[in-house]
This record gives sequence, structure tokens and C-alpha cells, in this order.
Amino acid sequence: MLPYVLKRFAVAILVAITVSMITFSMIYLSGDPALALAGETATEADIENIRRVYGYDRPIVVQYLDWLYRAVQGDFGQSHYLKKPVSEVIFERLPTTMLLGFCALVFALTLSIPLGVLAAIRPNSLIDRVALTIAVVGQAMPSFWFALIMMLWLGIYWRLLPITGTDSWANFVMPSIALGYYITPAVMRLTRAGMLEVLSTDYIRTARAKGLRPMTVLFKHALRNAIIPVVSLAAVQFGFMLGGSIVIETIFAINGLGFLAWESIQRADLPMMQAIVLVLSVFYIVLTFLADMLNAWLDPRIRVG
Amino acid sequence: MVERILEVEGLSVDIPVPAGMLHPVQDLSFHVDRGETLAIVGESGCGKSLTSLALMDLLPSRATRRASKLALEGQDLTALSERQMSDLRGNRMSMIFQEPMTSLNPAYTIGDQLIEALRRHRGVTVSEARDRAVWLLEKVGITAARERLRQYPHQLSGGLRQRVMIAMALMCGPDLIIADEPTTALDVTIQAQILHLLADLQREFQTGLILITHDLGVVARVADRVAVMYAGQFVEEGTALQIFQAPTHPYTQGLLDCIPVPGKTARGAHLGSIPGIVPSLVGRMPGCHFAERCRYVTDACRAGGIALRDATEPGHRYRCVLTPEQAAANKTIEPVQ
Amino acid sequence: MAVSDITPGTTSGALVMEPSPRALLRRRIFGHAGLVIGAFVLISIVLMALLAPYIAPHDPLDQVLDRKLIPPIWSGSDKATWTFPLGTDHFGRDYLSRLIWGARISLMIGVSAMLISGVIGTTIGVLAGYFGGRVDMVANFIITTRLSMPVVLVALAVVSMVGSSLTVVIWVLGLLIWDRFAVVMRSATMQVRNLDFVASAQALGCSTARIVLSEILPNVANHLIVVATIEMAHAILLEAALSFLGLGVQPPEPSWGLMISEAKGLMFFDAWLIAIPGTALFLLVLSINLLGDGLRDVTAPEGRN
Repeated sequence: MLPYVLKRFAVAILVAITVSMITFSMIYLSGDPALALAGETATEADIENIRRVYGYDRPIVVQYLDWLYRAVQGDFGQSHYLKKPVSEVIFERLPTTMLLGFCALVFALTLSIPLGVLAAIRPNSLIDRVALTIAVVGQAMPSFWFALIMMLWLGIYWRLLPITGTDSWANFVMPSIALGYYITPAVMRLTRAGMLEVLSTDYIRTARAKGLRPMTVLFKHALRNAIIPVVSLAAVQFGFMLGGSIVIETIFAINGLGFLAWESIQRADLPMMQAIVLVLSVFYIVLTFLADMLNAWLDPRIRVG
Repeated sequence: MVERILEVEGLSVDIPVPAGMLHPVQDLSFHVDRGETLAIVGESGCGKSLTSLALMDLLPSRATRRASKLALEGQDLTALSERQMSDLRGNRMSMIFQEPMTSLNPAYTIGDQLIEALRRHRGVTVSEARDRAVWLLEKVGITAARERLRQYPHQLSGGLRQRVMIAMALMCGPDLIIADEPTTALDVTIQAQILHLLADLQREFQTGLILITHDLGVVARVADRVAVMYAGQFVEEGTALQIFQAPTHPYTQGLLDCIPVPGKTARGAHLGSIPGIVPSLVGRMPGCHFAERCRYVTDACRAGGIALRDATEPGHRYRCVLTPEQAAANKTIEPVQ
Repeated sequence: MAVSDITPGTTSGALVMEPSPRALLRRRIFGHAGLVIGAFVLISIVLMALLAPYIAPHDPLDQVLDRKLIPPIWSGSDKATWTFPLGTDHFGRDYLSRLIWGARISLMIGVSAMLISGVIGTTIGVLAGYFGGRVDMVANFIITTRLSMPVVLVALAVVSMVGSSLTVVIWVLGLLIWDRFAVVMRSATMQVRNLDFVASAQALGCSTARIVLSEILPNVANHLIVVATIEMAHAILLEAALSFLGLGVQPPEPSWGLMISEAKGLMFFDAWLIAIPGTALFLLVLSINLLGDGLRDVTAPEGRN
């Protein structure tokens, strides 16, 4: 397993570096970053000042290396708008987004895996149709619209849940559902397909021939094998979800990283924007790396070799 | 004193298909006694595997099983619920499958898979179950058994995996073992070993063994009694000696002709072959199923259902319009060059 | 049909209900029904978009404030009128006309972004699948890098810096969503690549370009079409999200996502303002997905789910 781990790790590092290069160069899309930061009402002197303070007058490669060097140590510079270190702000808001993402993931898995399993053991039955309908509807519905509709019904008309803020656990219910619903279809379909395939294997037949109880066959033997690709998919989808949390957070006014990203884009707070994209990307890279490791560990053929 | 382990009468399997109703197993009757090996022989597609699955009630959900009698040591299996049936499987009747490479779960150790049936059926502790697993692994000829428990299936060769499957089938001390083509997927050199192993174990544990195969060589080695199956029916049944020395049904004769015998078959001589293909088993078929391919077919063969009839020796029966004397005469005709 | 077709390998007995012949037939019809319905709805929307100048009753940009917030005809209010069957928004603009013209925007962006990303992704995927080796390694690296970056965030950032217009949105999306094309085309090409007719074309000395275009592409075309539908739907939803956040199509254009955003504050009392464009988006994306699923079932049923 070790050579596998090392190889994956090396690739992850390379990808992270490439992403950092892209992220860094993003701020030059608008032309002059100093101009963008300074805003429209700034004078020549202001702009020049900003350029010097942020080091935009240096050669690009130097700027990049300097930025990267500091970023690796957790220093992303100062937020031009908030006058605070970027990393401080990010770490303030990161836990909220992580919590939201985690809740959404739990919701999605709790809904999609059992549904996928049930659909697999009763193919073309009612439960299968219901599961597929949920998948089809989930893939077609814009997440922000779904969030608004939920807000309207659960929050306003029926007054069941609070619609903004992060005061209590109830605030996280609707956002988690809205965000989690995004990945439910893919996970459910994969679980169903995987279970269908596994249930027709010889080793399941052997398990039944041994007189094991149906639940044992289903969960200990079948799901254990079918879940392996689902783990990878869930990790990848979790990463997508975090990227998409920006929409949900702005709707529900949840003070997480997504909302912060939204604010910094509005304010052209370039250092903040850069940092958030990089942090999320690195997080995604770490996530997929861990998912790969988990995947490999779950399959004894890779783990033991 | 002979004890009857399995008694089967009128076993049939029906499966609805788009073209109609398929009858892959038609009205089989047989029995297995303690310490005895019954071999069910036939080519691919004759329904022998489905027969074994029917005994264990592991048929696909669309299939229906019928039997006028199906008893394991006197206990009626047809009346049992799925729950009760699962109490018997792996416990008093076990099955060994054909493909050792895919019959074990890749995610769990050999040990885990060996002990789970025993724990499920007898509730023994893990260490007790492990002890028995080690003992059985040694019995099936696997060395370093205790270390093997911690290994995964992919770390074992096909032959070893099949030995594990055999050990697994014996874990709960079953009265009946059904082996569905246990050696077909193995190297020829290993086949003999596995067969001898099965025969030895059967003698030692005095289980009944149903051996399903298409290989007559296998049959000759280990079977006490033989049932030759064709297109869903038994066309001949008797002791191994009777079948090999006095094959009466033209299909059985044809099968034996296909085997080259070292020292007897002339070099360059054509081996017998049976022309034609297995008939479709959809819908009811009047007359003999083998009629289209039989060298000696007459009108009487297609007329109506042909029942099993006695051959010259007791216990030897076959399903043909020919008399035993006519059949014996046919056997002496050499294959056409 | 011989007995050997009923392989014992498919025995999970009472655990899995194998579909009866009637259920199988039902499944095929169900699959085709999806295709038919999807195609029908999609074509209707396309026609609606194409004929917008002729069938829209009013000018979608025409603001007449004294007729603002007229409810749609099914609301039972006495202000409702057939002149504005779907009501008017907060600027007095006819909602039906905006809906019809909005279809143009969604479809235009969907198709264009799909084409751009299709070209990029297919090129990368086919080249990777055909040449293998180092080319494949590089392609995989590029794909992994792209996958690590959060799409919505990057799109928002880029649009905010470059300026938001229809063209910018199309290009940003097109340059971001090509990953699935690349992945699917790569594996499809790899499967086809080893088939005999490719080997014979090579033996005949055909140029690589010729082989790719005339041997490989026609055989992976069915996968391409399916992914194209998926990504078209994806692009439409992304544009809606971007416009919803204010960084997509700009007012007063009637982008459906933008319409939902503009109505956000009013939705508590005038829910139709978000229900109508949201439902339109949902139906459009749903029809595209059904069409894609149906096409995949028809061309390669083994790949179902």
C-alpha cells in the first residue's frame, strides 16, 4: 500500500501547486489588481500606494513565490477591506461552512444510501421508481430555488424553522437539506448500481448458501463491497458541495466561508478572494486524497497486496 | 443400516420467460443415502445446476419449484419458510460451487468467512469456531492453517480457494453436501486431488454427496450411483458400474463414445459425437427430448411421454422405447469413421 | 432460450426480486417515455424561444409602474387579467413575455457553453484515451487540477473581474465545465481504441487524425451526446445561479435566475414571482436530463444508472 500512498501524495502536491499558480494569476484578469483594490474613486497616488503596499510592482514570479511562501505558512496578507489578516477571517468563518457541509453530507447519505439499497433489492418496484424520481427531480432543480421554496413553506407559511442566521441547530436544517439534496441523486444512483452488481455475484450466492440471515448478507457482505466506489464519489461530491455552498449561505445569511467569498467578490477584496479559492481547492485535494486512501484501505486487494 | 438422507420425488422447476414457460427441470426423482455419492451428469444447459439450487431453495425469484416429495432426513423441505430454510442451509445441507475464484467475498478474511456460518447456526464463540476452522483446513490439506485464517481470498490460488470452500461446507457438519461442478474451473492436475479429497472426507464424515458434473471421468472416480440428465429429465440412472458397463440409453452411450480410452481407441479414429443441439425447453414437449439427435429414433419416440423403465439389473433404469436387449446390441456398433 | 441463460450466478433468490418479463417491458417503455417526454418539452421550449418576437404579447423590458405586481390569472385576485396571464413584476413588466424571452437566454447559454466545453473536453479526453502513456498522464493531471477548483467560486471571481455579460458568462462556463466530457470521452476512447477495426486502420497506414475522426469518434458519439445533454443542463443551472447572485446576465435582461433574484424580497407575498421562473428552469433542465437518459438507454442500455 505504501507506494500507492506515496504516488498519490506526490500527485496531490503537484496539483496543489498548479492550482496555486492559477489562483494567483486570477487576480490579473481584471488588468491591474491595484486598480481593482483601490476602487473607482481612488486617485493616482492611492493606487500607487496600494501597489507598493501589496507588492504588485514586483515581477510576477517574485510575487507568486512570495505569496506561495507565505500562504504555506498560513499568511495570506491583509484584507484590504476588513483591515484584518485574511487568514484570521477565514479561520473564523471556516468552521461554520464545515459544519454546514458536514450536516448536508449526513443528510445526503442518510437519504441516498438506504434508498439506493432498497431500490436495488426491489428493482422496478414502487420504491425503485420513487428513488429514481427523487434522483431525477434533484438533478433538475436549481438549488437556490429549492432553498427559497423551502424557506417560503417551512420558514414563512408554516413557521417551522428559522430562515436566517446561525443561532441554533434549527438554523442548519434547511440549508443542510438544500445543500445535501445537490449530491443525493449521484450517490443514490451509484449505490443502487453498485448493489445491483454486487448482489448478482457468486460470493453473495455463497453467503446465502451458508444460511446467513438476509440482513447479514445485505449489509455485511453486499453493501460492504458496493460502498467502496460510493466513498470516493461522496468525497468528490462533498468538495463540489463546499464550492456550491456560496449560494446557500447567501440565501440563509449563514456566516461561513461561502458568504465571505461572496462579500469579498462584491468588494473586490482580492487577497481574500485568492485565499478562499486556494483554501477550498486545497481542502478538496486533501479530501480526494483521503478518499483515495480510504478506498484503498477498504479493498483488501490494494491494502494487503 | 442404510439411512436415507435425501428423498426427492417429482422435482420440477418452471420459469416464466417472454417466450412462454420454461421447464428446465422436469419431474426428477432420486435419493441419497448416508455415505453415498450420487453423480448427476449432463452437458451444459441440461438443468443440473438448477436442480441443485432447487434443493437448496436458492432459485431466482421468478422460478417456481414443485415436488411431490422433498425430504431431508424425513423433514419435508417444501413446507418450510425462507427463515426455516436458511436455518438448514450451511448447517445440515451445504453447497460447493463451481468458481472458487469468485465465490469468496474479497473484503473479508478466510477465517471470518469460515466461522460465520458456524456462529450463526450454533452460536459458538469466535475462538471455538476458529479452532474448528483450523482443524477443517488441515483436513482439506491446507498447511499453516492458523495463519491462513488471517489471509484474504485474493492471496490464495484457485485450488486452495476450493479447498477452503470445501472446508466451509463442512463447518457445521452437514448431512448432505451438494457439489456443483467443483473441479471444472480448476487445473486438471488439481482436479484429481480435489476429487479424492471430497471422497475421503465423505467417507470420514459419512455425509451424503451429490456431485454435479459434465465430466464422466470424474464420475468414474468417485460416484456410487449415477443419474444421466438430458434436457431437464433423467434419461438413465443406476450404479456407476451399471452405467459404465451397460449404458442403455442412446445418449449415455453417445457420451461414453466421446471419451477416448488410452490403449483402446485407435489413433486417428473419430471420437463419437452427438450431432444436433439441446432442444428448447419452453412449453411442453411431447415424446423423447433426445429424439432429434438420436441415431435410433422411431415414430414411437415422438408419440407421447416415455417413462423410466427397468434395464436388466435391479436399480438400473432408463427412459427409452428400446428394450435392454436392443440397446445392448446398439452399443456394439462402432462409431462411423 | 436455453437453461444456461438462467445463470445460477444471478440467484439471490428471495433477496432480490428479479424483474418479471412484464416489468422488463414496463422498464423499456418507461425509458422511452422519458425520452419522448423530454424531447417534446425541450422542443416546445426551443420553439418558444425561437418564436419569442412573435409570440410574446408584450415587450419584456417595458416598465409601466402603475401596473406593477399584478397577480397571475389563477390567483383569483380581481386585479388579475388576461392581458397579463402570468402577472407582472415589480417594474410592471409582463411576466409571460419575460418568461418567453428568458428561454432564449437559458438555451443560448446552455448550448454555447456546452459546445465550448464539449470541444475542449472531447479533445483532451480523446487524445488521452487514444495515445495513452504520457499524453494520458498529462491529461489526467489537467483534469484533476480543474476538478480541484470550485467552479461557482471561480466563475464568480472571474466574472466579477472581467465584467459580466452574456459572452463572458458563456466563455467562463465553457472553459470550466469540460471535465466530464474529458473523463467520459477518455474512457470511451480507451474502450474503442483496442478494438480490431482501429488496429486494421493503423495497419493500413491511416493518419492519426483520420483514424480519430472516422473510426473513433463515430463509435463514441453516443457517449458524447449523453454528456452533452448533462453539461447543457449543468450550464443552464450554473448561469441561473450566477445571475441569481448578480454576477451573470445583468438587468434588465430576463434571465430566469435573475428574475428569481429580483423577486427574492417580494416572494413572501407574491410567491408566483419566484415560482414561475423556477418552474421553467426546472422543466427545461428536467426535459434535457430525460432526453439524455433516454438517449443513453436507447444507445447503450448496459450503462444505465
